[in-house]
Amino acid sequence: MANYKKFFVLDVYRRIYLVREFELRAIEERRRGLIPGFIHSCVGEEATAVGACLALHQDDVITSTHRGHGHLLAKGGDPKYMMAELAARSSGYCKGRGGSLHIADFDLGILGANGIVGGGIPAAVGAALAFSLRKEKRVALSFFGDGATNQGSFHEAANMAGLWKLPVIFFCENNLYGEGTPQSKQAPLCDLAKRAESFCFPGVIVDGNDPLAVYEATREAVERARAGEGPTFIEGKTYRFRGHYEGDPQVYRIPGELEEWQARDPIPTFRQRLIEQWSIAEDEIKQVEDSVQQQLNEAVAYASSAPIPQEEEALEGVYADIHGGKVF
Amino acid sequence: MSTRDITYSEAIREALRQEMQRDPRVFLIGEDIGVYGGGFGVTLGLIDEFGPERVIDTPISELGIAGAITGAALTGMRPVGEIMFMDFVTLASEALVNQAAKIRFMFGGEATVPFVLRTPMGSGTGAAAQHSQSLENWFVHIPGIKVIAPTTPYDAKGLLIAAIRDDNPVLFIESKLLYKTKGPVPEEPYTLPIGSAEVKRQGKDLSIIAVGVMVKRSLEAAEKLAQEGIQAEVIDPRTLKPLDKETIIQSVIKTGKALIVHEAAKTGGYGGELAAVIAESQAFDYLEAPIVRLAGRDMPIPYNRTLEYHTVPQVENIVEAARKLARLEV
Repeated sequence: MANYKKFFVLDVYRRIYLVREFELRAIEERRRGLIPGFIHSCVGEEATAVGACLALHQDDVITSTHRGHGHLLAKGGDPKYMMAELAARSSGYCKGRGGSLHIADFDLGILGANGIVGGGIPAAVGAALAFSLRKEKRVALSFFGDGATNQGSFHEAANMAGLWKLPVIFFCENNLYGEGTPQSKQAPLCDLAKRAESFCFPGVIVDGNDPLAVYEATREAVERARAGEGPTFIEGKTYRFRGHYEGDPQVYRIPGELEEWQARDPIPTFRQRLIEQWSIAEDEIKQVEDSVQQQLNEAVAYASSAPIPQEEEALEGVYADIHGGKVF
Repeated sequence: MSTRDITYSEAIREALRQEMQRDPRVFLIGEDIGVYGGGFGVTLGLIDEFGPERVIDTPISELGIAGAITGAALTGMRPVGEIMFMDFVTLASEALVNQAAKIRFMFGGEATVPFVLRTPMGSGTGAAAQHSQSLENWFVHIPGIKVIAPTTPYDAKGLLIAAIRDDNPVLFIESKLLYKTKGPVPEEPYTLPIGSAEVKRQGKDLSIIAVGVMVKRSLEAAEKLAQEGIQAEVIDPRTLKPLDKETIIQSVIKTGKALIVHEAAKTGGYGGELAAVIAESQAFDYLEAPIVRLAGRDMPIPYNRTLEYHTVPQVENIVEAARKLARLEV
């Protein structure tokens, strides 16, 4: 492990803490009625999102998943507009039309969360193809879960990317569950990074609960991609602390497993490292946490008072050039 | 503008070539489109002119192709994908229906997804059930996609150039049986408006609204009907979505009779939409007879050429249906 500076690791902590607390706040606001729709929370999986996005530039792009809040925040998404989107308000990222499953910010290189498992992977390869054709040094990183590696979209896209050595990183967050079925019952292998071998690019396994390990693996993959050496598959081993969606009864969960993984919870684990490895004072950490809480208070306040979309707005944007749904 | 007769296939190739020359963001991607020239030879020679970077042969991965053009379009390119047979669009439909069609709307109306996906439809080649379908209505049904189906070389070139310059995902459906048909086409690039139908033949006795190769068959049928003293008006919507309703409605107001002809299976086909457009308009008051739909039978396309022939409307079927309608025998 490289010798990281104090301000850097404290910033990493701020990022993972923001993702965790954003999720908990969203869950709470859903319970209170501010958020009317589905939430697939990424509690427990903060380190993969943050570690991977730390290795990217702003003009690099990501595609995300149904469990995408962490990816969006890690790529620079503003909690205010995210919360407003979850609350289905017209000043949300997508004017209240997308919700949790469909948040994007193209200016930040976020090509969108996705309601289809594996749905974003082919588009990430297309973006990488565009960069490669224009000879730009940009990369595309596609987040997806273990379940997505059983979809045809992953295999078609990974094959093309391997064939053409495109600047794309396949980032698999293996959280051990595809919706309501354990990963072990969905595929004949548990180290999904092995899948990369058949596409002739490296497959790397990393501790998905350690943001620095994820950052290092991704940085290496990004360097390879920018150097024209092609894709990398990174498998971050992690765990989903909550249900597939909020309200999921989780009858399928293997007994004892949750407790085992909670002992490796990325947030308190990394917090402890700040104190032990970098001698950061409790006060200093608390300051960071308070500022995140303040940011989230503001986000919730912003979302609560944000305007509700009007019916006439709903017809806009189906096509780039036809407005008000009139032509059809 | 100098104009000469070229084939439908050559007109499409010329549109691709001219747009690639004009705009470096345009590239082609699909199966066997390079040295092989595409399943029907449409892209033949373009790889020599533009190289393998802009005429990209892919693995047999239709979803990969549709997903790649979506991602490339989102990041500043104007890709033109090719799906070798329209039947294979089913494999690409996730990227088209759930992704490309919805990206602009669901992400707040800011992104554009400017791609064209070309694909040939239709029977008549003895290629049987999985290489002969006409699935246009699947995509007409999806908000966010435009669907174009030109039937002449002139329309094909003008509409393809318009489609490439359009900021939406466009499904550009070519008719296999028309690839070798010839017609006058200007050498220079030009566009035709997307959403504009054309009256291909004027007539006063009935309106025939046809899709794809059925426009050609309807025009042939109209020639025969003229010998019997029946003047059929033949309308080609050209773009199925957006649809130029007004041209169709005005024609039906004039003739009082509507015959709709397409090759796709009748149930759930585009004819139902066309019939509804007429029935919901002021043309309803002018109808002298029920609207008639002549379409493919509700069955897969058979291999045997005789069976195949009888599965979809032919010129004689159109003549017969039109004659009955003109004489109010329906």
